[in-house]
Amino acid sequence: METTLSKRAGWTGAIVLLVVFALVPVVWIISLSLKDPTTIGDGSFLPTKFTWDNYSSIFSQSIFTDALRNSIGIALISTVIAVFIACFAAYAIARLNFPGKNVVLIASLGIAMFPPISLVGPLYNLWRNIGLYDTWPGLIIPYMTFALPLSIFILSAFFREIPWELEQAAQVDGATPLQAFVKVIAPLAAPGIFTTAILVFLFCWNDFVFASTLTSTNAAQTVPAALAAFPGASQFTQPIGTIAAAAVVVTIPVVIIVLLFQRRIVSGLTAGAVKG
Amino acid sequence: MTAITHPAQKVVSGQSRKPRLTDRARAERRLGWMLVAPAVIVMIAVTVYPIINAFILSLQRADLRFPQANTFIGLDNYGSVLGSSLFWQDVYHTLIITVISVAFELVFGMLIALAMHRVIFARGAVRAIALIPYGIVTVVAAYSWRYALELDSGWIPKLLGLHTDPLATSTGSYIGVIVAEIWKTTPFMALLLLGGLALVPDELHEAAKVDGASTWQRFWKITIPLMKPAILVALLFRTLDAFRIYDTVVIFNNGAHNTETLSVLTSNQLLSRLNLGLGSTVAVLLFVMVGIIAFMFIKVFGANAAPGGGD
Repeated sequence: METTLSKRAGWTGAIVLLVVFALVPVVWIISLSLKDPTTIGDGSFLPTKFTWDNYSSIFSQSIFTDALRNSIGIALISTVIAVFIACFAAYAIARLNFPGKNVVLIASLGIAMFPPISLVGPLYNLWRNIGLYDTWPGLIIPYMTFALPLSIFILSAFFREIPWELEQAAQVDGATPLQAFVKVIAPLAAPGIFTTAILVFLFCWNDFVFASTLTSTNAAQTVPAALAAFPGASQFTQPIGTIAAAAVVVTIPVVIIVLLFQRRIVSGLTAGAVKG
Repeated sequence: MTAITHPAQKVVSGQSRKPRLTDRARAERRLGWMLVAPAVIVMIAVTVYPIINAFILSLQRADLRFPQANTFIGLDNYGSVLGSSLFWQDVYHTLIITVISVAFELVFGMLIALAMHRVIFARGAVRAIALIPYGIVTVVAAYSWRYALELDSGWIPKLLGLHTDPLATSTGSYIGVIVAEIWKTTPFMALLLLGGLALVPDELHEAAKVDGASTWQRFWKITIPLMKPAILVALLFRTLDAFRIYDTVVIFNNGAHNTETLSVLTSNQLLSRLNLGLGSTVAVLLFVMVGIIAFMFIKVFGANAAPGGGD
């Protein structure tokens, strides 16, 4: 009895530690963003003198507002295209018999392992020649490519779980094929597609390799790249407060997504990995 | 990147007719190819063409500053890269970061998975909080840790009473980069391991308990062997991911204080020094090394590589 009690206390302690470790950097960056410039270097974990100035400052700078627009637009478009294309492939992999299916899966696996930086040189060169350098499509194309393997694996794992017999059953009951699909199959497939879209969106939102190398101006720079390029008050000072504020702003949507959809994210990640 | 596994698993679908192709089977084939075609074409066009292009560039003297001097020079670039101590130092830096961070992630990830598996209270809340680092942009995580460690701004030097900047030293920079990596990616590791843990049947533990096995013995003799596929997948993905590390190092100091990794070297050659030939050579070598790591993993653990729940 005693041992189970102390064991439980041990696990509870571990959980508390985990929660603290997970949250400290988040609280710290929020704290930095709220510190008054005179106290930014005081090293205190929580701000001693509050200000909202960093936030009003970033929203008045086009380097940030444009980057935010680019990040949202590019990530959304890449997600929609990648998930759309992947749905067809995943359906075929989960439902149909055709030679070359394993080749598709192995090729996707290979691309998932590909070092993105190896593509930067050729793409940089090619994009500059065909006018895609520093444009939205210039980032959307690599993003959707690297999102495809992820989407195909997760979606095909989800699609395999769908009881497809229901489609025929509905047709036997008098539904047209379209009705059977829209009323029976689509609602069953939607959660998996939505989960995949969340994971792909987070992947695009996070990218820095392509964003920092294939863009150069406000036209297509996303927030992670803009953060690294933020101008300081002078050449020698780091704009710590403004970087922190911008970092908090890009983090907010992610935290909301994670909190709302944590169950889906977990099921998506484990579906892709464990069920394969 | 995220969770993908051994693809060679047979997919049971529909009725398989081996001997002769009926019209229906032929139509199914055609439909299958048509449906996967867009994805396959995009993936090949955007990765295979550039890597071939990178390989061709790596055989040339291609420097954007001196475009007239472009010429085919065979394997000379490989000679210069493999013969330079800078390259090997960067291989070493990359390996240090990869091995240390993945080792810690495995241990912490396993502890977190076990804790999350047992914890009865506030399961959803704990899981959500543990997931936050996974969602946070790597660049943001790197800035947070960098400003926490920097003497000018950080709470860590103040807490420890340091008077010199930890990030001005090589050791300090490594610790910073590795801690930021561990913080950001342990949740991913933990989730993959948690998925594997869920596949270990409770009855086995009960039976072993009856036979007098200690918690420790049960962990090593039951949990670990049954989780081996999940551990392999988690290790493979994190190792490859860590080996490509770029964002965190660039944000910390862009490779100063001997923390330059292979990805950072590639981008510096390509974009700062505009040397496409040498940069592409490093890119191709990085690509080959990632392939070798993946191959070794599959060879070493090969027999058990099929993911759990093999139905």
